[in-house]
Formats: sequence, structure tokens, C-alpha cells
Amino acid sequence: MSAVVSPIRKPLITGNKTYHQITEDLISPTEKTPTKAWIIGFIIAVAVATYGIFCIIWTIWVGIGSWNLNRTINWSWDITNFVWWIGIGHAGTLISAILLLFRQKWRTGVNRAAEAMTIFAVICAGLFPIIHMGRVWLAFFIMPYPNTRGPLWPNFNSPLLWDVFAISTYFTVSLLFWYTGLVPDFATVRDRAKGLRRKIYNTLSFGWTGSAKHWQRWESLSLILAGIATPLVLSVHTIVSFDFATSVIPGWHTTIFPPYFVAGAIFSGFAMVLTLMIITRKLLKLEDYITIEHIESMNKVILLTGTIVGVAYLTELFISWYSGYVYEQFAFFNRALGPYWWSYFGMMFCNVVSPQFFWKKSWRRNVTLTFFLSIVVNIGMWFERFVIIATTLARDYIPSSWSLYSPSWVEIGIYVGTMGIFFTLYLIFVRVAPVVAVAEIKHILKTGGNQYVGENAKSHTHHTNEH
Amino acid sequence: MANTQNTELIFGLYDDEEDLLRAVKSAKKDHLEIYDVYTPFPVHGLDEVMELEESRLHIAGFVYGAIGTLTAFLGMTWIFVKDWPTIFGGKPYWSVPAFIPITFEMTVLFAAIGMTVTFYLVSGLGPGIKNPQLDDRITDDKFCIAFDKSIVNSGDAESFFKNTGASEVNSKNI
Repeated sequence: MSAVVSPIRKPLITGNKTYHQITEDLISPTEKTPTKAWIIGFIIAVAVATYGIFCIIWTIWVGIGSWNLNRTINWSWDITNFVWWIGIGHAGTLISAILLLFRQKWRTGVNRAAEAMTIFAVICAGLFPIIHMGRVWLAFFIMPYPNTRGPLWPNFNSPLLWDVFAISTYFTVSLLFWYTGLVPDFATVRDRAKGLRRKIYNTLSFGWTGSAKHWQRWESLSLILAGIATPLVLSVHTIVSFDFATSVIPGWHTTIFPPYFVAGAIFSGFAMVLTLMIITRKLLKLEDYITIEHIESMNKVILLTGTIVGVAYLTELFISWYSGYVYEQFAFFNRALGPYWWSYFGMMFCNVVSPQFFWKKSWRRNVTLTFFLSIVVNIGMWFERFVIIATTLARDYIPSSWSLYSPSWVEIGIYVGTMGIFFTLYLIFVRVAPVVAVAEIKHILKTGGNQYVGENAKSHTHHTNEH
Repeated sequence: MANTQNTELIFGLYDDEEDLLRAVKSAKKDHLEIYDVYTPFPVHGLDEVMELEESRLHIAGFVYGAIGTLTAFLGMTWIFVKDWPTIFGGKPYWSVPAFIPITFEMTVLFAAIGMTVTFYLVSGLGPGIKNPQLDDRITDDKFCIAFDKSIVNSGDAESFFKNTGASEVNSKNI
């Protein structure tokens, strides 16, 4: 009755678990009193988030003049942060939807947390376009609704409005997908609980029973949501890149932007997933579920997308020279050797050079190196957006309008504050919901690794020779 | 499912999904009418042996998506051609390529919301709904087959559970 491990496939989760052990391992973090590390982390996150909210209120109270934007550089940290956060969000959808369609079963260990990360990142991202409007209380003007001003409609030909639709659709679909996945797991939490906790989780689990027909519909729904989320995630960052690509600003007006932005989004998103997962697996002791194999697989994605991003940077440089268009040439000369040269080289180093470490297998499997590089990648991707947005605007067509920009304390506060908001939400999430999808892990236990050692294992050892 | 009438169920719990699949197959062979099967996770092949009809959610999804497509495209067309024609950058009023991104997003939005809401409605699930639970371990590691006592007599059910290797047999009124 010993564990039969397939010689070809490595087990997706380690530690020879039974179904009950999986439930214990994955649900118990939501039942225990919070650890000291969690409490300290939560206090810091809430404090930072509070400061961020203070800076947002300050911006609304004092006005957008509390930011250091000027007439030349009218987008800077605000839109940089927006694109950065929305890019981070994309990895969650990639893991949960695209990897589901590609039948990459290893995704099961990380999809739940990655989807949660998507939702929290989109919340942070969505704050910036709303705040940067200045008069936040009129933000609903962007929605098309019959109004007493004509009715006056928004401009459906504008990529900025496409963005409104793309981001709100993306948020809604991600939320539905994530929550539908959580429903059966909330039922598992409910059935272990008593009293008030049981009532709360019964509400959260929507009265889930585990009926065969429900599971059939649930699987059908998950598959179709994955199918439509896949083109959706590609469209969202494509539309974000249209905000720039459809303008007439040299350095922005390029057809390479959509694929280049999507690759960059996946790149930074996977880096953030790794940052979070490495901390989460350590703190919640989930090393058997989020294994070194997961880290290695994600590092491969980082290597691939980082290299795509690198090729895109070089293509951009080549095309600007090859175009023979002097403004375009200047825009790139200015990016690399102008006043913000440090951000350009920061971007090149962090995004193009740093992922190349992952060609080496033992480095891909090195948790400390991965953690360090995942942060480097996210810094690099922030630089990329800053390079595209601020340095391009700083040197526009008329030299008399050239300007320089450095952020005010309010802008820095809002950016740092969104990290506080993000981590506050994430830390609440790891307390109330299973971070790893319990039902899905049980589903892949046998088909993936063939290492099931439940009491009845010997009665169906024939199973181990399939697949 | 939340039935108002009183149904008396007899149910057996299995420790493994392979045992469950074999048991469902033999119930089908013996023409024992299954009330429902409950599992902690989606068991591969269970809908086939239970002879469940394929879910029609994908058809619903297509219809919702098509409604979204039409709403967005016709809406924008009406607004920019009829209600308030405006020239942007010298382009025609009816500038179809510029409508495509929003049309796509609305298709996805309608399909996703429509399908999810339909899923919960037809399954009888939703916030605040309390469906009867046969056993707390069904969401953990037990696989359950339930018979309605008014259709299958207790003796037949008990011998069936014994023959198919159920680890526990219980009754419950729901």
C-alpha cells in the first residue's frame, strides 16, 4: 500500500496527503488565532493604508494642485501607479484562466491567492484614475446614462472610456470567478464550524451542499468563465496601452504597445504572485501545496515574459531609429540619456537583465533568490511605466515647455498607501478564506501525482498506471 | 435542494471516489433510483455514470453574451448616429472600429454576470439560503449516495450500501 509515485510526473503536491489532511492543512489557518507575524503585518498594513487614505483625502480637499504635476507633465505617478497595479493584477487571471485552459494542473496550488491578488490590485489601480480626475464627486460622469444635460454622452471613441469599461468588466468578472471558486470551500469551513461562525460561513457559502448536479454546473461555469476571462485579460491591458498608443506623442504612438504591455503585465504579475506566495507558504506552512515546482514554473514564465519585454524594448529602439522620424528618435534618445536616464537604466537592468538568472535550474529553484528578484522585477516594471509616461511628457514638441518633475509628499503617500490597502486586504483574505483552493486540490490529488495513500488506496492501484 | 415537503432519506458514506463511482454504477444496474450524490469535490466521470444531462449553462452564456454585444453596439450606434451626432477627429458618426473595444467588454460582462446569476438561481444557492446537510464530512472527505425512503425501501438500500462498501449508513429527514 505504499505510495506509488509516477516515474514521469512529479507530484503536484507533496507530503502524501489524504483528503482529510488537506482539509486540515488548508482550513485550519482560518480557524486558529492569528499568529504574531500576522498581527504585526496587519498593524503595519493598516497604518500605511490609513496614511494613504489621508493623502487621498488631502488631494480631494486641497485639490489636484497638491501634486507636482504641471502643464507639460500632466500624467506622472498617478497613471504610472495605475498601470503598475493593473499589470500586477493580470497574473491572477493568467494563472486561473489561461493555465486552466492549457490544463496546467500545477495552477491549482496558487490560483486562489493569485485571483485574490488580482482583485485587490485592481481595487488599488482603479483608485488612481478616479482620484486624478480632480473632482472625484463627479466621477460618475464617465458612465453613459440618460442625464439632464442633453443627455450628454461620454465619447465612445476615446480609449480613456474604453478603459472605464475594460477595468470595470475585468474587476466584475474576476470577482465572480474568484467567489464562485470560493463557495464550496466556504462550505467546508462552515461544516467544521459552530455557532455564529457557522451562520456566517453558511451565508458566505450560499448554502452549498456538494450535490453532483451542482458540481457539474460549477465546473461548466468555471470553464466558460475561464474561456471568456482569457481574451478579457488580453483586452484589458491592450486597452490600457491604447491610452498611450492612440495619442500623437512620440514614444507613445507605437503599434508595439499592446503585446508589449500584455507581456509586461504578466511579467510583473507573476513577480508579485511569487513575492506573496513565498511569504504565504512560509507563514501558513503550505510548503506541501505551494512547492518548489510551483516556484520554478512561475520563474519560467518570468524568464519568458521578461525576455519578451526585453525584445520589445530593443525593437522600440530600433524602430525609432529606422523610422527616420526625428521626434521619435529624440524621444528615445531622451529616455536613455536625458534627465531621467537613471529610470531607463533601472528599467533595463531590473526587467531585462535580472530575469536572465533564471536560465539556471538551481537558481530557478532557489527561494531566496526568487524572492529577491521578484521584488527587483516589480521595481523594474514601475520604472518602465514611469519611463514611458513621465520622461516622454517632460520633453515634448516645444522646448520652451520642457519641464521636470518630482513627486510631492502627497503623491508618494498615495502610492505607498495603496500598498497598505493591498496588503490589508490580502491579510484579511488569508484569515477568512482558504488561501489554496481546497476542493480543486482534492480533485487533482490522484490524477496529478498518483500518490494517494488513503485507506482504500490498495483497492485501486490500477489507477496509478493510467495517464 | 431545499424542499418544503418532508423527505426521509437513507444515505451511505464512502471513503473514496472510486468506491462511489462503482456504487453509482451498480445502483443504476439494479434500477435503484438515486435521490442525489454529494461529494467534497467534482468527481471526474460522476455525471456520466449518473447519466446526468449536460449542463446548458454554456447556451445561456452565449445568449447573455449576444445580448451584451447588441446592447453595446446598438446603444453606441443610436447615441452617436441618432441621439447626439458628434464628429471626433473628422471620423464618421458611425465609426465601427472604435466601438469594438466597448462592444467586446460588454459581451464578456453580460455573459459572466448572466451565467453566474443563472447558476446560483437554478441550483437553488444564494446568500442566506440554508440547504439541508446530510453530514458535515461531505465537504471534507466523505462521498455520499442518498435514496428517498418513499421510493427505495430501507432494506434494499441497506443491503446495497453493504454490498458496495459504504463505511456508514444513516437516515435523515429533510
